[in-house]
Amino acid sequence: MTDQTAYNFAYLDEQTKRMIRRAILKGVAIPGYQVPFASREMPMPYGWGTGGVQVTAACLVPEDRLKVIDQGADDTTNAVSIRRFFQRTAGVAVTEATAEASVIQTRHRIPETPLTEGQILVYQVPIPEPLRFLEPRETETRKMHELEDYGLMHVKLYEDISRHGQIATAYDYPVKVEGRYVMDPSPIPKFDNPKLGGNAAIQLFGAGREQRIYALPPYTQAISLDFDDYPFAASKADHACDLCAAPDSYLDEVITDDQGSRMFVCSDTDFCASRRAAGHSGPMGTPSAGADEE
Amino acid sequence: MSILAKMKMQPLLSVRDLSKFYGGRIGCADVGFDLYPGEVLGIVGESGSGKSTLLSCLAGHLPPDRGEVIFDTREGPRDTVQMAEAARRRLARTDWAYVHQNPRDGLRMGVSAGGNVGERLMAVGARHYGQIREQAVDWLGRVEIAADRVDDRPSAFSGGMQQRLQIARNLVTGPRLVFMDEPTGGLDVSVQARLLDLLRGLVREMGLSAIIVTHDLAVVRLLADRLMVMKGGYVVEQGLTDQVLDDPQHAYTQLLVSSVLQV
Repeated sequence: MTDQTAYNFAYLDEQTKRMIRRAILKGVAIPGYQVPFASREMPMPYGWGTGGVQVTAACLVPEDRLKVIDQGADDTTNAVSIRRFFQRTAGVAVTEATAEASVIQTRHRIPETPLTEGQILVYQVPIPEPLRFLEPRETETRKMHELEDYGLMHVKLYEDISRHGQIATAYDYPVKVEGRYVMDPSPIPKFDNPKLGGNAAIQLFGAGREQRIYALPPYTQAISLDFDDYPFAASKADHACDLCAAPDSYLDEVITDDQGSRMFVCSDTDFCASRRAAGHSGPMGTPSAGADEE
Repeated sequence: MSILAKMKMQPLLSVRDLSKFYGGRIGCADVGFDLYPGEVLGIVGESGSGKSTLLSCLAGHLPPDRGEVIFDTREGPRDTVQMAEAARRRLARTDWAYVHQNPRDGLRMGVSAGGNVGERLMAVGARHYGQIREQAVDWLGRVEIAADRVDDRPSAFSGGMQQRLQIARNLVTGPRLVFMDEPTGGLDVSVQARLLDLLRGLVREMGLSAIIVTHDLAVVRLLADRLMVMKGGYVVEQGLTDQVLDDPQHAYTQLLVSSVLQV
């Protein structure tokens, strides 16, 4: 611990960390179960990752190397400010390379580079309750989790098919964890859903405003809900990255002018940059990373 | 079915000494009856006589203070009052059905008609969209809702259609016991007549047992085999429907029967 006048290591006081770590341990012990915790005020508004920041702060040790991404990108406001927050309050090393990081806080993406044992992936979760928009009463949703009363979840998917001809839910796609709890994977695209199950890293989910923590320990089964005749399919833009030519990464569509021109680029900036550094190049990119950015 | 054959049958629902108190006030007290498979029991009485309290206790929506409700489950007779919540809910979505007076209480208004009918199927594990939808359309047909309304929301339906949709939604899993709380309340008489006709057909065709709470004597005359008259939380008279209505013994039943306007 540092001296009295300075911040405690990683911002939170020790009692708070202890409380959050207990919640995390309970979450890891019961995969997919939403553990209530006493969420603290953080120096940022709700919706900007207060839950994720608290979970990250409770996990960080001085030897850690932190990576923060927002929609896959390392260089957006949310990612930059949270990364700087931990540089100032914990003094930990930071990185943009997925493989080098020991703790990764993410908003709405799972990195393309496969995670390894020993890594921790922390998600920022706006609404942890997968049943929330189907059943507004919290007492009732808790009872439904308790009794595994999940018929309603399929009603949502049924409605999708009857209205759109397919399961139109493209993000926030519910998964069933180890055959027991239905879990909201935070608003990651359903492209990332297959990476939730059997992942080597510890996945922790923090919802600050809703005061819930839940977790997927390494190599946990997480199955995306679907129908027998409308199976789950991970989807992405039918295109290759315009900068690095990756055919299999999740793409952002970027409007480039008022004439309707657009480009598709990897949402995972680290993945895209390292591919370009390795010599891959798409129609709008150059092989050397960063050369086409100012 | 002969009386003798009936006597040998196991009652589907056996209620003993059921009481529910709201503090010092009586909700319902010392109610007991047997309901046999295929039988329809009517419960009549004025407002505040404990009809709805009794029905809620029977359906497991309210915990009674005393007594037992023994239901003949597929694993044999069980007391649903002592049953674990999970088991009771499983019963509620397989063997039981509950038709609310107001269809808005029993339907999901934001979900299409097909989704409403399919919910119970999906709750018991149906995972094939095509089959769920097929069954939903089939059931809409049985309650006289056109198949092209399957994707419309109940909010676009008339009151009578909503009530029929609620019935379809409840009967789709083939329950054995249906609880109905004033199923024809709030509908105009011609729609009521069609609904009653439909209900009578479904009850006979599926061999359902039903408990119908109502204050409309015409409804029980049409649907119910047996009748229970409640007043102040107590059952004051019970017997065969025609017997009770044509030859009422208790003063209150006499009052009730004579209060009906003859057109």
